Amino acid sequence: MTLPPLRRPRSADLTATFAGFPLPSGLELPPYRRRELFLLGYAGVLATGALAALTLAHDGTIGFQVFTYGLGFFSLWALGHLAVRRFAPAADPVLLPVVAALNGIGLVMIYRLDLAKADSARRAGNPIPTGAAQTQLVWTLLAIVVFVLVLAVVRDHRDLSRYAYTLGLAGLVFLVLPIAPGIGATINGARLWLQVGPFSFQPSEVSKIALMIFFAAYLENKRDVLSLASRSFLGMKIPRARDLGPVLVAWLASLGVLVVQKDLGSSLLFFGMFLVILYVATQRASWVAIGMCLFMLGAVVAHSLFGHVQVRVDGWLHAFDGNNPSNTSYQLVQGLYGFAAGGLTGTGIGQGSPQRVPFANTDFIMASLGEEFGLTGVMAILLLYALVAARGIRAALGAKDPFGKLLATGLSATVALQVFVQVGGVMRLIPLTGLTLPFVSYGGSSIVANAAIIALLLRISDAARRLEEPVPDAPLFDPNAVADSPTQVVKTT
Amino acid sequence: MNTPVRKVALACMVLFAALLVNANWVQVGQVGRLKAEPTNARQVTDRLERQRGGIIAGETVLATSVPVDDEYKYQRQYPNGPLYANLTGYYTLFTTAGLERSENAFLSGDDDRLLASRVTDLFTGESRRGGTVVTTIDPHVQQVAMDALDGRRGAVVALDPSTGAILAMVTTPSFDPNAMATHDAAAATDAYQQLSTNADQPLLNRAAQQTYPPGSTFKLITAAAALARGTEPDTRVSAPDELTLPQSTTVLPNFGGERCGDGRTDTLTHALTISCNTAFAQLGIDMGDDVLRAQAEAFGFNSTIEDFPLQQARSVFPSDLDGAQTAQSAIGQFDVRVTPLQMAEVVAAIGNGGVRMKPYLVSELRGPDLKRLDHTEPTELNKPISPEVAAKLTTMMESVVTSGSGRNARIDGVDVAGKTGTAEHGDGEPPHTWFVGFAPASAPKVAVAVIVEDGGGEFATGGAVAAPVAKEVMQAALDTQR
Repeated sequence: MTLPPLRRPRSADLTATFAGFPLPSGLELPPYRRRELFLLGYAGVLATGALAALTLAHDGTIGFQVFTYGLGFFSLWALGHLAVRRFAPAADPVLLPVVAALNGIGLVMIYRLDLAKADSARRAGNPIPTGAAQTQLVWTLLAIVVFVLVLAVVRDHRDLSRYAYTLGLAGLVFLVLPIAPGIGATINGARLWLQVGPFSFQPSEVSKIALMIFFAAYLENKRDVLSLASRSFLGMKIPRARDLGPVLVAWLASLGVLVVQKDLGSSLLFFGMFLVILYVATQRASWVAIGMCLFMLGAVVAHSLFGHVQVRVDGWLHAFDGNNPSNTSYQLVQGLYGFAAGGLTGTGIGQGSPQRVPFANTDFIMASLGEEFGLTGVMAILLLYALVAARGIRAALGAKDPFGKLLATGLSATVALQVFVQVGGVMRLIPLTGLTLPFVSYGGSSIVANAAIIALLLRISDAARRLEEPVPDAPLFDPNAVADSPTQVVKTT
Repeated sequence: MNTPVRKVALACMVLFAALLVNANWVQVGQVGRLKAEPTNARQVTDRLERQRGGIIAGETVLATSVPVDDEYKYQRQYPNGPLYANLTGYYTLFTTAGLERSENAFLSGDDDRLLASRVTDLFTGESRRGGTVVTTIDPHVQQVAMDALDGRRGAVVALDPSTGAILAMVTTPSFDPNAMATHDAAAATDAYQQLSTNADQPLLNRAAQQTYPPGSTFKLITAAAALARGTEPDTRVSAPDELTLPQSTTVLPNFGGERCGDGRTDTLTHALTISCNTAFAQLGIDMGDDVLRAQAEAFGFNSTIEDFPLQQARSVFPSDLDGAQTAQSAIGQFDVRVTPLQMAEVVAAIGNGGVRMKPYLVSELRGPDLKRLDHTEPTELNKPISPEVAAKLTTMMESVVTSGSGRNARIDGVDVAGKTGTAEHGDGEPPHTWFVGFAPASAPKVAVAVIVEDGGGEFATGGAVAAPVAKEVMQAALDTQR
């Protein structure tokens, strides 16, 4: 492979890059791979700058180490970039740098919370706990390995639909795996983890992707039946009961997760992403309406049946009432105090006290970011996520096959929905549910699974932006074409 | 198939828009409410992370913040704490009081008047600093007043009659705010518990927060009402040896059973000079309680001073009085209650030609760079009496000091106007002793109100106990203002 010539991008390239038009054929390595590298450098500078600001706030000086850490971080994601160059050269150039930027912000914030823990341990004379940041760095490396593997193995996303049922089954198995005695583990009241030695892994993150592929493949096959065979009821087209089967199964499965594992966020996510993909496949809003009704019904039933749902809803509605804060909303209220302390511009990294919020580096990392980066930082981070979703959807729009469209839409919407449920919960827009913030929160399974999602989106985007292989012109007349063919007798009836 | 994908994209953007709006709502719209939540411990510690501004009086530092090396960055200190404790208040891990509370936004650097300095700090990388509050207090007068009270329970208020600037405001016993400002939460709680359960109520600012029966000092207000209605200083008013109160069999005697004039009448000036009870009780009965109340309210009774930075109690002249109650109220007994600050306002208004100025404690607000950002202009509240009445009252009050009950307040070479008070407040209890006055009488530089609680025995009087304190305070104020 030859490197592209060193030159400034021409306006034609820019148009091609930003409008998502197919590339001019014959351009081996598109200029926007260099643009991706440039943006990645920017993400590296962002993370390094945050780290420098942190060390300056904490130690008063900036060491040379900051530079090496920054370079290490950049190199890590540069591996991902090289893989994209090699395996998906036409893919969207923005997704990977945005993800790297989010990951960098997350790593620095996790490290910052480690420092706070270490400081308070030192003051109390206790042994200093091991940092979460190193662990997260290892997970990040693993995530990049998975990212590269997905790009390398899945050379054409359409191949995935062949394994739809296998993946669907695997997804369900993974989902229920934590219930199995011996390997399943209950952490913080939810049975969501697989524990092997000191490592814990949340398999629902993997089943999220596996089930998404299954949904997309299943609906690609059944979409005609689902969209056409329906009766009218109250002006809405209601699908036949037997075609309704899958949505019911998905709904029951998601509520099953809720019941057994006490995981509100994941069940909401599973249900939401299935609804989205069903709607795109059938183009029927009635599915969404039905799904919403079922969800409402399920939510009401869950609220009346399960204590932990009541606790969440109660803590949400009455966060500041009674013995303020009520013991069910302590965490939420502390998080809100963190956001308030940040205000418009934030306290500056290392200068707030985000460690006051329980689970500051996992579920409540947005409150930590909100305190130290302020509203400005929160909005910037939300826009980065919006960018991920928007770029994913653009890949869906460009995809030439229904499966790719469904999968890309589903994956993008999943990211958007997860961020909404997560941040909305922490900011008291909706009841709090336990979900991680993709790429930012501390947690291995989350970042690995989300790296795989980005790899799939890049794969679809690559396929979408490639020019069709030029079909060789067929000769107008091939004298040999009919020369040897047998004479056909036209039959009459 | 692209149409539903676009709609999904739209739905995603709606979700993000909701999050962005919500983030703005939480981090801008609700910030004030969240910060005011009582369980928001972050607020307290945040304030301790910054350099809080100082409270000063001239060159003297009343409160300051010094860098320390503990959990928080700055420690609040009160050099000479007990002397100014009732003014500065305290600033603890848990709560605030006094100027620390009322000027908190400015001291902590949150006030909008400090915006420019905050913007500068943003660029220079300095953390947010608070502004300095400059008080009107004269440290010398404050110290003299404290010394003169000499450990007895009481209060002194001295102010400049022409502006309303408070020169001294002392209350005893006092407390050391440093004990509560410590960063050791247990020690701070302990100190607060001890002070709040102390029978002497050291946390109470007796000068502004506590009301007392005014006793004979109220005769100034009765006299003002009488003068305004045409009585002249040399008019002979009814002054029997004993006055039987209307609709009762109660007999009101003069203090110590003394005779006022000739046993039947006395001049108004002489009645005030020797603090004749029967004369003023009869004047009160003649004028009626509504006239007395109107005069008292013109001086500021039944209301408080707006925007005053310290907690105040309301001075009260009661309503719906019968004749006997009116007679008693006219000589400052029954349910009439007054704060030392209110009494200082009354004499300041008399000394200032009948113009009552608004008392104030904060003269300037300065930025962290000591640049003046705001200052208090003297404000006229109202004119409770005419200049003629004020002049007549002043002459009468001079006679109190030169030849009457207030002789102990005489200062060599200075005309002093004043009035003593000895207020009964319960059978068998020693009376509270008062002195109010101003000097020099012709063009007063200082007006003062002194109360010594339970003045030191059954036979203590305002003239014997409170007047010497007032003399020293006035002397000190005249010395520093010369």
